[in-house]
Amino acid sequence: MISAKYVSFDYKAVVVDADNKGANGDIKLINAVKDMNLDVQAGEFVAILGRNGSGKSTFAKLTNALLTPSSGELVVNGFNTCVEANVWNIRQNAGMVFQNPDNQIIATIVEDDIAFGPENLGVPTEEIRKRVDNALSLVNMSEYALHSPHFLSGGQKQRVCIAGALAMHPNLLILDEPTAMLDPIGRKEVLAAVSGLNKNSGITVLLITHYMEEAVLADKVFVMDEGAVVMQGTPREVFSHPQKLRALGLDVPQVTEIAERLAAHGVPIKTDIITINEMVEELCRLKNSK
Amino acid sequence: MPTKKLEIKNLTFTYNKGTSFAKRVLDGVSLSFGAGEFTGLIGRTGSGKSTLIMQLNALLKPESGQVLLDDEDIHADKSKLKEVRRRVGLVFQYPEQQLFEATVRDDIAFGPKNMGFSKEEINERVRKALDLTGLTPEIAEKSPFDLSGGQKRRVAIAGVLAMQPEVLILDEPAAGLDPAGRDEILSNIKQMHERTGITVILVSHSMEDIAKLTNRLIVINEGRIVMDDPPHLVFQNTEELISMGLSAPQAALLTQELIKKGFAIPPDLHTVDGVVAALFDVYAKHLHNSTHV
Ligand SMILES: Nc1ncnc2c1ncn2[C@@H]1O[C@H](COP(=O)(O)OP(=O)(O)O)[C@@H](O)[C@H]1O
Ligand SMILES: Nc1ncnc2c1ncn2[C@@H]1O[C@H](COP(=O)(O)OP(=O)(O)O)[C@@H](O)[C@H]1O
Ligand SMILES: [Mg+2]
Ligand SMILES: [Mg+2]
Repeated sequence: MISAKYVSFDYKAVVVDADNKGANGDIKLINAVKDMNLDVQAGEFVAILGRNGSGKSTFAKLTNALLTPSSGELVVNGFNTCVEANVWNIRQNAGMVFQNPDNQIIATIVEDDIAFGPENLGVPTEEIRKRVDNALSLVNMSEYALHSPHFLSGGQKQRVCIAGALAMHPNLLILDEPTAMLDPIGRKEVLAAVSGLNKNSGITVLLITHYMEEAVLADKVFVMDEGAVVMQGTPREVFSHPQKLRALGLDVPQVTEIAERLAAHGVPIKTDIITINEMVEELCRLKNSK
Repeated sequence: MPTKKLEIKNLTFTYNKGTSFAKRVLDGVSLSFGAGEFTGLIGRTGSGKSTLIMQLNALLKPESGQVLLDDEDIHADKSKLKEVRRRVGLVFQYPEQQLFEATVRDDIAFGPKNMGFSKEEINERVRKALDLTGLTPEIAEKSPFDLSGGQKRRVAIAGVLAMQPEVLILDEPAAGLDPAGRDEILSNIKQMHERTGITVILVSHSMEDIAKLTNRLIVINEGRIVMDDPPHLVFQNTEELISMGLSAPQAALLTQELIKKGFAIPPDLHTVDGVVAALFDVYAKHLHNSTHV
């Protein structure tokens, strides 16, 4: 679904003098993504972790052809993103949800906002109705269909944005920290919706997140640092390196840390625990052994 | 009991009152915050947190009820509203979006400059605010755009601190930051609180963060205050919290599950430290018993 080979991307930033006299004409290059390699198979649920500034959002935009690589090759859904003629195909099949919902909502009524994408694609009216209702119910916002997004709280708006992406029936969904502003249940609902879409409809999911408990739900985790992939594997493999993750500005789920610290105290506990259920099971096993 | 800094008395508030969109968002809220207290506020999206904190610094006016700052109704004298907003500093969500000056120093100085302070006074306030937020003098000369997400966030907080407020309200100061950035900014806020004794109200969706930081936790649900206790007591009610769209730290959720399985551990554990200590205890006892049978 996604194949990145030595992908690099440089932003060109205009250098501004500190005394605010304006641009002095110099351009500096910011290497946001550097020789990045990554493969995502169709139908996978992939999480991308990495500290702020590690290049996650830049990579997401490259995947959606909002940006094109400065060098290297990025193929999404069989289309090379460097080829201008492919851009339409790539965007049509790759739904994108950004961090900040306020920049993404256009219409003054929630359901109009969600209908906006399919309308642009020329989807028939009846089908649009179905898509809108379904998308809203997936993010648990049905009762707000006729509300003005303007009067929603941040978290509610974010769910509208996700519904908007879902209504496009994409085969790839790229979510850039979609839950950063949500409450615990909102996070759970969105994750349930996203993982349901992945399992039931086979949509490939690329989830960028700072919540380690969310990454646990993925099939595969990529960790980025300084514009490149520095760790990859199943959540269990990746989270069994807590020290390395902390050095990368990340963390592990609390249950993983508890296991790690008990083991350090000499308790013969498995250290690749990533969920509460696994922890309960392991502690019961320990208690009953002897 | 510290003296009352801020008090909310039976406050009710409705958006779009008198229209068909009327919506009661705060319903008979009564609370008080002692001088120097550090309080957490949690509640699901739409529960009324932002509305409540906007009431506290007079950006909104109660429909009925009162907000008292040092025992004085903040709306009693219209000419004092600006002063109230200075004394009760509010750091909005994603405050770095409002940074616009060429340098960090200018951004932090913006508020005090507007208040017409002398150059010396402004410099002194900027110096203090930088120090409190752990920003170095070198960073002060940089453009805010050259800073990391966490640093930008701290500049925004420093801008509010430069107004020398008596109460600091932060709406999700760690949202969107990576785990290291979260820890850094939150421990910085905690240190700032310890050094200045300022009254802090912290809104967060991270149960883990709030469990580590505060010693008083208020839970708001559908515009009503439903819990107001130390975090270790609040996080014992995991089922109730979940039913209100909230959660508890994994450490607390694990504790509840283990108790169901018959583990003899205290029911109010809610941090990694606490759970590790208790489980080590259980294991050591178990080991002891089995080797001596
Ligand atoms: N529009 C832009 N112009 C210049 N530099 C940018 C721009 N967007 C991001 N950057 C820089 O690129 C790097 C990677 O940023 P980003 O992809 O946003 O990281 P992440 O999403 O992991 O936080 C950072 O150094 C950031 O400052
Ligand atoms: N300006 C507004 N006009 C009308 N309703 C609003 C406005 N702001 C918020 N609301 C509504 O008030 C309720 C509480 O919102 P808010 O205080 O933002 O909650 P929180 O900060 O806990 O998410 C929500 O139902 C929201 O939709
Ligand atoms: Mg990003
Ligand atoms: Mg809010």
